[in-house]
Amino acid sequence: MKDKHIDIKSYLDADERKSLLRLLTAGSVDDGKSTLIGRLLFDSKKLYEDQLQALERDSKRVGNAGAGEIDYALLLDGLKAEREEGITIDVAYRYFSTNLRKFIIADTPGHEQYTRNMITGGSTANLAIILVDARTGVITQTRRHTFLVSLLGIKHIVLAVNKMDLVDFSEEVFNKIKGEYLELTNQLGIEDVTCFPISAKEGDNVVEKSERTPWFEGTSLLQYLETVPIDQDRNMQDFRFPVQYVLRPNLDFRGFSGKVASGIIRKGDEIMALPSRKTSRVKSIVTYEGELDYAFCPQCVTITLEDEIDISRGEMLIKPDNLPFIGRHIQTKLVWMDEEPMDRSKQFFLKANTNTTRATISAIDYRIDVNTMEHLEGKDFKLNEIGQVQITTAKTLFFDAYKQNRATGAFILIDPITNNTCAVGMIEKQLDEADLLQEDLPTLDLPKLGIAPEHYEAIEKAVKELSKQGLEIVIKK
Amino acid sequence: MEEYRLSHLQELEAESIHIIREVAAEFENPVMLYSIGKDSSVMVRLAEKAFAPGKVPFPLMHIDSKWKFREMIEFRDRYAKEHGWNLIVESNMEAFNAGVGPFTHGSKVHTDLMKTKALLDALNKWKFDAAFGGARRDEEKSRAKERIFSFRDQFNQWDPKNQRPELWDIYNSRIHKGESIRVFPLSNWTELDIWQYIRLENIPIVPLYFAKERPCVEIDGNLIMADDDRLPKELVPKIHMRMVRFRTLGCWPLTGAVESNATTIEEIVEEMMTTTKSERTTRVIDFDQEASMEQKKREGYF
Repeated sequence: MKDKHIDIKSYLDADERKSLLRLLTAGSVDDGKSTLIGRLLFDSKKLYEDQLQALERDSKRVGNAGAGEIDYALLLDGLKAEREEGITIDVAYRYFSTNLRKFIIADTPGHEQYTRNMITGGSTANLAIILVDARTGVITQTRRHTFLVSLLGIKHIVLAVNKMDLVDFSEEVFNKIKGEYLELTNQLGIEDVTCFPISAKEGDNVVEKSERTPWFEGTSLLQYLETVPIDQDRNMQDFRFPVQYVLRPNLDFRGFSGKVASGIIRKGDEIMALPSRKTSRVKSIVTYEGELDYAFCPQCVTITLEDEIDISRGEMLIKPDNLPFIGRHIQTKLVWMDEEPMDRSKQFFLKANTNTTRATISAIDYRIDVNTMEHLEGKDFKLNEIGQVQITTAKTLFFDAYKQNRATGAFILIDPITNNTCAVGMIEKQLDEADLLQEDLPTLDLPKLGIAPEHYEAIEKAVKELSKQGLEIVIKK
Repeated sequence: MEEYRLSHLQELEAESIHIIREVAAEFENPVMLYSIGKDSSVMVRLAEKAFAPGKVPFPLMHIDSKWKFREMIEFRDRYAKEHGWNLIVESNMEAFNAGVGPFTHGSKVHTDLMKTKALLDALNKWKFDAAFGGARRDEEKSRAKERIFSFRDQFNQWDPKNQRPELWDIYNSRIHKGESIRVFPLSNWTELDIWQYIRLENIPIVPLYFAKERPCVEIDGNLIMADDDRLPKELVPKIHMRMVRFRTLGCWPLTGAVESNATTIEEIVEEMMTTTKSERTTRVIDFDQEASMEQKKREGYF
């Protein structure tokens, strides 16, 4: 009895040190994606018996599997409407863990009209599994999914060639698909691609290596997922700290709370606040547990400074020798997520990390055909359309190219009328502001108006509130 | 050598703290809904962490169905007092005074009135524009698809087919007057993560989670603990002392106990890992009707 307790304790001690891998799965309804996920969950022994019992009940009623077989897909299709339609219509998150890692799976549907969901599910993923049917190989949809994965900057791709049982586990078939796929990923500049011949339905090479593919030299899919290194994927070079919340519990403490978006910060480091460009040093890095000597992404901490600098939410702490882009005019990839097509006369809200500002789409460079990756001309975007645009913002943005820094290169656009998240963007670069059409924002020149500096804070507060309500005013002081 | 690696629990913790701070910064009048359960206890600790060394800038609200276990209420009041929380307690007193309860009206009517309606009335009364809930996506199938910032219209309804896209860690908090957002900072936590975290952080939880001899009676296959004298008289002779614990906590007539000898968190985890039932099976309300949780969520229940 006693030994058993030591066992569970050492299990928990080891479990507590596991890392987390977020992955995206993409494939069409018929590729067996839900079956693959069901098997990962099932075979990693995380399916409780009663969920299975409920499943057997459901299988009898609406299941699509043959008589007596478990339909793994039913485990995953959560919502009633979807169960009736027999398709997965939105992103669903699944959790399982092995002795080495915890996994969060974003399960997204493969239909063309649901690009939106795949983009959503993939935005936080470290790795993407793209499924293809061994009988059909790389199809248009595979290209589309791979393009989206590259757009999202997902560093690791797994190509799971499924239904190998239906092609007699043929090495030739696998190699042909693999060759074709690598050509595609080379073209897109994706470096880390690993291919697996599997049968999700029968379990080959999913959790255990299959004896039916003696020619395959790799590990099983799960072994790969457990060991693929992901620590290096984070940006640890460029310190970026978007201020999320100003903490002022008493007169002696003024801290800037936020998540380290990228990079590392140490006590004593020199920092610069944007947009004011005022500098100071890190006095302390505070957490509930006490002070830290250093913090790194994605830790949430509170930073106090040696000097009193006025900093509020939406501003950013950085290191003076490593600046992000600072500007109001950007070139960006854009994915339209709204049922309502783009209306370029609208002034959207743009939210990038903790910074929200008004924004207009000042030019459309091109749309992209997601199937062929060709550039198309376009006046506006409809749901699920992707392209490159130029955006002008009312307030200054602090950002990096998405490819270098996912945390500071991404933004969402919010429709000012419906408040829906209507588009998402991945910033490519800053554009010259010399030729920027002056938006002629109303300006309050405080010194010119003869307003004393002690009133600035109150006026800024009022202007901030107006900005929240949609009225953008520039303050000069 | 400096280490730049976070464990999965540290990463989940950071994600939750970021979410909680985002709500405090972007909403005018947020509230944290507190069920007194283990998930709530973790969420509350994460809020304390998010604003340390300051105080949490929003209140805690408990919707008291008037049928909660007595130990839950004692725990709630003690915890809130010791940790300096501003605690709001709201109930549907109209229905309570009319005698609504699970034994007389069944679980559906009871839950509709004492939980869902009480919650909606309280949210309207206080005009909260954001409400944190401790739900996790691994709990139940319809929750697996819910956003972290889950939009509710002016009738507090959730529309699973029309959810806002949610990407990276950028949350859309824009709403019109009367609309609100339910926020689930524990979305990506699993039951095991919760227990691990409670163990690591020494987070206090209601003693009902640990096994003890308790007076129980079997009702429709569920082991129900006779927590007060409102148990129907004909059932009183059937009360037996059983060594039980609870995997979830709610209204005592609707929350089945499980037979168990687990008196420590380690033993609970061990039991959980070898057990054959997932945690919500001890909840009577999930089985009211097919897809019942989804239905309740659409109507405004968490």
